[in-house]
Amino acid sequence: MTYPLKLASSAPVEVVETDSLVGTNLPWKVIVWNDPVNLMSYVTFVLQKLFGYSKERAEKLMLDVHHKGKAVVSHGPREKAEMDVFRLHEHGLWATMEHDS
Amino acid sequence: MGDYGARQLIPRFSSRTFKWDAKTATYRIALDDGLRKVLGELMSQLLALLDDPGAPVMQRLFPPAYNQPTDLDRQEEYRRLMQDDLVERHRDECRTVIASLSGTSLGEEQMLAWVKAVNSMRLVLGTYLDVQEDDRPRKPETPEESAYLWLSFLLEESVEALSHK
Repeated sequence: MTYPLKLASSAPVEVVETDSLVGTNLPWKVIVWNDPVNLMSYVTFVLQKLFGYSKERAEKLMLDVHHKGKAVVSHGPREKAEMDVFRLHEHGLWATMEHDS
Repeated sequence: MGDYGARQLIPRFSSRTFKWDAKTATYRIALDDGLRKVLGELMSQLLALLDDPGAPVMQRLFPPAYNQPTDLDRQEEYRRLMQDDLVERHRDECRTVIASLSGTSLGEEQMLAWVKAVNSMRLVLGTYLDVQEDDRPRKPETPEESAYLWLSFLLEESVEALSHK
């Protein structure tokens, strides 16, 4: 996916998001936090469904949430991050967003 | 994350509750009338609870989007703009479950509504029961514990059906 980004110091540029987990300059990150209720299979399912991640990638993120307490599941401009958080909330996951500074 | 041990605790729930039928592109439901009635009652309870989304027992359904101290204004704006929409979506899911409860099969959209509604009610019950990360599966002793355990089983079954269609 591509998102137009306006940088203060230069003309608008297109940032190509090849992998939303690594090497991204997109300013907001969406975090899923561990919680004692959501089932592992359900969290994996939701991450696959909402973000189109492979089962392996969704499972790795789920295990990061489970073992490390949280995982960054997507990056994006603020509007996109808010929509991701909303959809995660719609599915009952404990998600927040913060500026990637 | 949650564990529940329903398969060990309730061996009679060993059958597949939802089965993908490729011919009709639907999920067949194998659920006896008593359990359908229980699910309908739980959905009605959730609908009633959604009238007060700010209640402490509902906090897991409506977590903050922004949790940084510098983003308090943004969180306030997010809640003001998005909370009603989120409440309405949860209501729609409950209504979909109730409307499709007596049928023999579910379409894809209905199945997804069941998954979300069942998980929402688990979150409410899990909050009410103060479920903790290191809780071990044990025999339920109250109606709320029984409902939580059974919904956990139902969710696991739903996800399995959706993943193996």
